[in-house]
Amino acid sequence: MKMNPIQVSNLTVAYDRKPVLQEVTFQMPEGKLIGVVGPNGAGKSTLIKAILGLIPTASGSVEIYGKAYRTQRKLVGYVPQRGSVDWDFPTNALDVVLMGRYGHIGWFRRPGKKDTAIAMQALDKVGMKEYAGRQISQLSGGQQQRVFLARALAQDATVYFMDEPFVGVDAATEKAIISLLNELKAQGKTVLVVHHDLQTVKEYFDWTLLLNKRKIALGPTEEVFTVDHLQKTYGGRLAFLDTQVSPSYVVQP
Amino acid sequence: MSYGAWIMLTGSLVGVSCGIIGCFLILRKMAMLADAISHTVLLGIVLAYLVSHSLEGIYMLIGAGIIGLLTAFLVQVLHSSGVQSDAAIGVVFTSLFAFGVILLSAFAGKVHLDVNHALMGEITFIPWNTLTIGGVDLGPSAVWMLGIVLIINLILIFLFYKEIKISSFDPAMATAIGIPVMFIHYLLMSMVSITTVASFDSVGAILVVAMLIVPGATAYLLTDKLLVMLLISAVIGVLSAIGGYYAALVWNISISGSMASIAGLIFATAFILSPRHGLLSKLLARKSIISERT
Repeated sequence: MKMNPIQVSNLTVAYDRKPVLQEVTFQMPEGKLIGVVGPNGAGKSTLIKAILGLIPTASGSVEIYGKAYRTQRKLVGYVPQRGSVDWDFPTNALDVVLMGRYGHIGWFRRPGKKDTAIAMQALDKVGMKEYAGRQISQLSGGQQQRVFLARALAQDATVYFMDEPFVGVDAATEKAIISLLNELKAQGKTVLVVHHDLQTVKEYFDWTLLLNKRKIALGPTEEVFTVDHLQKTYGGRLAFLDTQVSPSYVVQP
Repeated sequence: MSYGAWIMLTGSLVGVSCGIIGCFLILRKMAMLADAISHTVLLGIVLAYLVSHSLEGIYMLIGAGIIGLLTAFLVQVLHSSGVQSDAAIGVVFTSLFAFGVILLSAFAGKVHLDVNHALMGEITFIPWNTLTIGGVDLGPSAVWMLGIVLIINLILIFLFYKEIKISSFDPAMATAIGIPVMFIHYLLMSMVSITTVASFDSVGAILVVAMLIVPGATAYLLTDKLLVMLLISAVIGVLSAIGGYYAALVWNISISGSMASIAGLIFATAFILSPRHGLLSKLLARKSIISERT
């Protein structure tokens, strides 16, 4: 039997007694681009953090290729939200990308020539090679996001988790991210992306997970991304502007 | 070595140790926690004396290390159970420090320490308090203690450099790739504790904070590279110590006070003149933008 890259069983997470995720169970297929979609506060980022063991879970288990995440760290790449770090930290783009190698290097050792080569290659892939020596605070938002993606590439993983990579980036970066996602998919890698822009879901993702504290639906995007399911996910906050083949939706506050 | 040279060496060792460790405190936005630890180690010192009945450096280091870790731990516990982090620091810091002051006053007769000394330090007496082994005078014991602490710090930073760096920049990523972020946190807090207690005798609890924070804050303004920041911070620590000593000689003022003041002056200079982050360069940049537009 082939192992699932991501298997989440009965996952519940609570902050201060308030449940953020309730009994979420799903399996992700291998080699797909999967969008995680849901309203603000639906627990999308929490889901990624819980899978990666960054926050305590109340119950449930997570398996990456059939084993606990702890033992599979090297198979997993992570792109946190860009706003989660201090970009005034005294370091340059190459150095940040090199951090993607730290998990492979091990204790008491420094990144070597091979690691630097991998990091430079990753920067090249996101079109940031010329910016390797640039202080990270001098980069634009889109460029910072690309540095984070390059860092995940340098992790040389099989499964990727990306937390809102499209937020606040320019059109060129959005394009770069999409072509990168497709390249990862072509290599048979599985990528889970937290996404908030409903208009692009159909275009970008093979599979969609609709989430609002609970799993609403999971499956191939064309099957799952329906008016019914979206109503269920967003409650009454969704207005339908267009009911044609590719409808656009607006989320009202 | 002359009296003045010993004092400058002591001050410089304080400056280098505190300057290096202080950079990490600033990058991790933990200046207040360092302030707390610099005070609560007083409790560690008093407890170490009550247990060991001696003022030997090694007992002081162990006592301070334990209480420093306890401080960091209690702050962490309060914070994770919902207390604001600055309030958590305030509560833990004052409680443990007050307990130290009470113990000190209760056993004041026996302990060669008083609150004033603990807060202000007395670098003037350092050269006379020498370490003698087998009848050989090896120089001031404070210099030995500071030297050993500096070496311990340098070894730990060298060994864990990349772990400290990534867990300071991006703790979430660090945790995800399996770096024990909490271990690194407590490791740094232990280093702050032993650095503080070693510097305690010379500059005291209040000024040790100046030496921990000011050189690092200055270096932060002057460079964009972590390693360079550590070096600049250490150099500023040394400059403050030597400059402070001569200033104290000229104006006949408190040595530790003038060392901290020189550090403050260096910071002010960098704050105004730093090529990238300074007030002046920002002002000029703004002016040139406006003149370009017109």
